[in-house]
Amino acid sequence: MKVPEIDLSLIAPEIVIALFGLGVLLIDVFSGKEGSKRGLGYISLVGILIAFFFTLPQIGVVKTGYAGMYVSDGYAVFFKIVFEIIAFLTILISIGYAEREGISCGEYYALILFATLGMMLMTAGAHFLTIFLGLETMSISIYVLAGMMRQDRRSVESAFKYFLLGAFATGFLLYGIALVYGATGSLNLKEVAAFIASNKHLLRSPMLLMSLVFLTIGFGFKIASVPFHMWTPDVYEGAPTSITAFMATGVKAASFGALVRVFFSALPVFLPDWTSIMWVLALATMTVGNIIAISQTNIKRMLAYSSIAHAGYLLVAFVAGNDLAMSGILFYLMAYAFMNLGAFTCVILLGKKGEENTLIRDYAGIGFKYPLLAVPMTIFLLSMAGIPPLAGFMAKFYVFSAAVKSKFYWLAILGVLNSAISVYYYLRVTVLMYFRESEREITGLEFSPASVFALILAVIGTLYMGIFPANVLSFAQKSIAGLM
Amino acid sequence: MSIFGVPILSLLIFFPLVGAFVLFLIKKENVGALRTVAFIISIVEFIFSLPLFFAFDTTTAAMQFVESTWWVQAYGISYKLGIDGISLLLVLLTTFLTVLCILCSWSAITFRVKEYMISFLFLETGMIGALVALDLILFYVFWEVMLIPMYLLIGVWGDPKRRIYAAVKFFLFTMAGSVLMLIAILALYFINLKATGKATFDVLELYKATIPIQTQYWLFGAFALAFAIKVPMFPFHTWLPDAHTEAPTAGSVILAGVLLKMGTYGFIRFAIPLFPNAAYDLLPIVSSLAIIGIIYGALVSMMQADLKRLVAFSSVSHLGYVMLGMFAFNMQGVEGSLYQMLNHGVSTGSLFLIVGMIYERRHTRMISDFGGLSKVMPIYATFFMIVTLSSIGLPGTNGFVGEFLILLGAFRSNMLYGVLATTGVVLGAAYMLWMFQRVMFGVIKKPENEKLKDLNGREIATLVPMVVLIFLMGIYPKLFFNKMDVTVEKFLEDFRGKVGMKAEAPQPKIVADIRK
Repeated sequence: MKVPEIDLSLIAPEIVIALFGLGVLLIDVFSGKEGSKRGLGYISLVGILIAFFFTLPQIGVVKTGYAGMYVSDGYAVFFKIVFEIIAFLTILISIGYAEREGISCGEYYALILFATLGMMLMTAGAHFLTIFLGLETMSISIYVLAGMMRQDRRSVESAFKYFLLGAFATGFLLYGIALVYGATGSLNLKEVAAFIASNKHLLRSPMLLMSLVFLTIGFGFKIASVPFHMWTPDVYEGAPTSITAFMATGVKAASFGALVRVFFSALPVFLPDWTSIMWVLALATMTVGNIIAISQTNIKRMLAYSSIAHAGYLLVAFVAGNDLAMSGILFYLMAYAFMNLGAFTCVILLGKKGEENTLIRDYAGIGFKYPLLAVPMTIFLLSMAGIPPLAGFMAKFYVFSAAVKSKFYWLAILGVLNSAISVYYYLRVTVLMYFRESEREITGLEFSPASVFALILAVIGTLYMGIFPANVLSFAQKSIAGLM
Repeated sequence: MSIFGVPILSLLIFFPLVGAFVLFLIKKENVGALRTVAFIISIVEFIFSLPLFFAFDTTTAAMQFVESTWWVQAYGISYKLGIDGISLLLVLLTTFLTVLCILCSWSAITFRVKEYMISFLFLETGMIGALVALDLILFYVFWEVMLIPMYLLIGVWGDPKRRIYAAVKFFLFTMAGSVLMLIAILALYFINLKATGKATFDVLELYKATIPIQTQYWLFGAFALAFAIKVPMFPFHTWLPDAHTEAPTAGSVILAGVLLKMGTYGFIRFAIPLFPNAAYDLLPIVSSLAIIGIIYGALVSMMQADLKRLVAFSSVSHLGYVMLGMFAFNMQGVEGSLYQMLNHGVSTGSLFLIVGMIYERRHTRMISDFGGLSKVMPIYATFFMIVTLSSIGLPGTNGFVGEFLILLGAFRSNMLYGVLATTGVVLGAAYMLWMFQRVMFGVIKKPENEKLKDLNGREIATLVPMVVLIFLMGIYPKLFFNKMDVTVEKFLEDFRGKVGMKAEAPQPKIVADIRK
C-alpha cells in the first residue's frame, strides 16, 4: 500500500493554530477557576502571530498535498492572512469584552482558534470534502460561540437559530456535493472540471445543474445573501458582539472564498448558467440589505443588514467573473475585515457591564464627548459607505469596475445607487454622534488597552488600503493567478 | 514644472491638511490661538498660491506646474496635477475666499471652534485638489472629500432649526450624482482601454478617445447629472436653498464661492471636452435648463422673505448665466462664463458675508424685520450697495463684464437664448434693488434696528478686499482675461474640431472688443 506523502509544511499555520487551541483548553483546565483569563487571550494572540510567521514563507509558492485534497496557492495564502488578521483583532477586542460579559474562558479562545482553523481549511481545500470539513469545523465552533452568553436569552436564541438553519443549509450543500460526485465521479475540484470538459454532454446534465442550485443555497446561507439571509439580524444581534464581528468578517470571507474556489475551479463551464441566478441574487442582496438597514434602531442589527448589503456587492464581482473581479473580491474582503471589525469594536467600547448601549440613539452626542471613539467610528462608517479616500471606496471601485468591464452596466449602476442609499444609514449614526445632544449621560466607559490597540490597527488598515491600495491590490492580483 | 523646485500644486493641496494637524495639537479652550493660527495658515496658503498667478505662462494652453506619479499603477490611476487658464483663477479664488471665510467666522462661531477650523482647512484641501487634479479617479476622490467637511459645517454650526435636514439633503443629493459619474468614469476607462490598449484615467489622454455617439450620450448624461446637481441647474437645485440658508455664514460663502463652481468647472474640464458631440447635440437642453434657471431663480428670489434664501436663489440665477455662456461655444460666451464664475464667487460671497453681519447683530434674516438700516449703519450700507450693484451687473463692476460677455456670446449662438437671458438681467435688478430698498432704505420701523452698531474693523477688513476686487475686475479685466485667453481658444478649437463646427473668424482680443 502506498502511503500518501504527508507534507506538514503545507499546513503549518493550521497546525500551529490547532495546537494553540488545544493548548489554551489545557491551560484553562489546569489554571483553576479563579483569576483573570486574560492570559489565555494573550496566548491565543501569540499563537496567531506564530501562525502568521509560518504563513509568510508560503507566499508565492504553489503546492498541493494530501493526495490533491489540499492546495497552498496564492489564493489560500491571501485568505490565511485575512483570517489571521480577523482572529487577531477579534481576540484583542475579546480580552476586555469577554471579561466584562463573563464569558472569558478557555473554551471561548479555543473555539475562536478552531473556527479560524476551519476557515483556513475552507479556502485551501482543493477537494469538496476538505472544504466541507473546514466549513463544519468553523460552523460548529461559531454555533457554540454565538451562544456563549448562556444567561442571555438572545444569545441562546441566536445560537439555536444559527445551528438549526445552518445545519439545514449544510444539508443542501452536502446534497449538492453528492450530485457533483454522482455526475462526475470525483470530488476533487480540478478533476471535476477536467471530467466535465472531456464529457461535453454533462453541460446539460440535470444532476449538475441541480447541484449548482444546491451549492448556491448552501453557500448562500453562509454568506447571508438574499433570500437566505433571514437568520443574520437575529443571530448577529444576539451573539456576543465580539463574536458578531468575527462572524460578520471571518465566516463571510471564508464562505466567499470557498464559493469562489468551487464555482471557478470546478464548475467554470457553467458560468452562463449561474450568472443569471447570481445577478438576481446580487441585486436582491444589495437592495434588501440596504433598504431594511434604513429602518433599524439597533446598531448591531443595522450592521448585520449592512453586512448583507456588502455580500451583495461581493456577489456583483462574482457575477462579473473576470480577473479584475476576483482580485476585487479578495481586496474587498480584507478591507471589509478592517472596517467591520473596527465598527464592532466601537460598538463594544460604547457599552459597559450590564449596559450594552447598542441602540442607535445611544450614539447621540458621542462625537465630542468621546472623540477617540467617535472619530474611528466615523472613519469605519464612511469607509463602509464608500467615501474616498478610505478602504471601502477602493474596494467598491474595484468591484464595480470589474462589473463594468464585463459589461454588466445595469448591475454596476444599481450597485452604486445602492451604495448611495447606504450612505443614508451610515451617515445617520454620524449625524447622531456629532449633530445631536445626548439624551442620557453615558459614563464609566472603559477603554481597555487591547481594544484601543485593535481600534488603531483597524484605522490604520482602513486608511492604508484607501490611500495606498496599490500594494494590497497587487498582492491580491498575484494571489488569484492559479485560480481558474 | 515647479517653482524653485517646490511642487507647488501638491503644496497647495496638502498645506491646509498640515495646518489642520497643527490646529489639532492646540487645546480646544484656546480659542483665540485657534482662530489666529487658522487665519495665518489660510493667509500663508493664499501667499503660496500667488506665485501661480505671476509665474503662469499666458502664451501656452498646455497644462502648467504639472506633477505626475503613479498612484495605483496596475489600474492606470495616476497622481497627476496641473493647471491651465481655466483652473488657475479658480484656485486663487479658493485660497482668497478661505482667508475671508476664516476672518468672518471670528465672532460668529463660538463653540467647537477647533473642529470648525479643522473642517474648513480640510475643505480647502478637497477644493484645491479637485481643481488641479488631472486624473479622473484623483478628481473623484477630491470631489467626494469635499462632501464631509461641508456636511459637518452645515450640520454642526448651522442654524439649529433645519441644519440637519439641509446637511443630509446636501450630502445625499450630491453623492447620488457622483456615484453615477463614477460608473461613467469606469466605462470611459474601459472604452479607451479596448480602443487603444492603454489603461489610464489621465484626462489628457482620455480627451483623445473617440467614443461612439450613443455611448457619449449616456456618459455625458452621467457626468452632466453629477455636475448639474452641483452647479446647481434647474431642476436639481432644490438642495441649494436649504444648504445655503442653514449653513453658517462662512459655510455659505465658501459653498457659493467655490463649491458651486466645481460643477461648472466639471462641465468645462470634463463633460464637454470628453464628450463633445454629445455636448453639442444636447446643447439645446442644457441651454434651456440654464435659461429656466436664470428666470426661475430670479422670480423665486423676488418672492423670498428670508434674506439668505433670496441670495441663495440668486445663485441659481447667476449660475444659469454661467452655463448659458459656456454652452454658447464661442469665445465671448466661454470667457464670459469663466469670468462670471469668478464674479459670482466675489459678489455672492460678499452678499453672504453682508447678510451674515446683519444676522450676527439681529439674529434674524427676515427682510420684514429690517428697514431703514442705512441711517444707523452707513458704512454697512455703502458696502452693501456696492455689492448689490455688482450682483446686478452695473457697468464698472465685475458683474457687468461677465454678464455682458455671456449675453454677447448667447446672442451670437442663438438669438432667442440671448433675448430670454437678457430679461433675466432686468429681473436681477428688480429683486436685488427691491430687497435693498426694503432692508436699507425707508423709515426705521423696528425699534431694535435703531441701536445697531456699524461695521467694526475686522468686518471692514473682510469686505474691503472684495470691493477692491469688484472694481478691479470691473475696470481692468484684462489682468484676468490674459490668463484665460489662450486656454479658452484651444478649448474651443479642440471642441470645434471634434464636433465639426465651423471655425470662428479670427476674433479681436476680448479686451479690444469691450473697449470698442
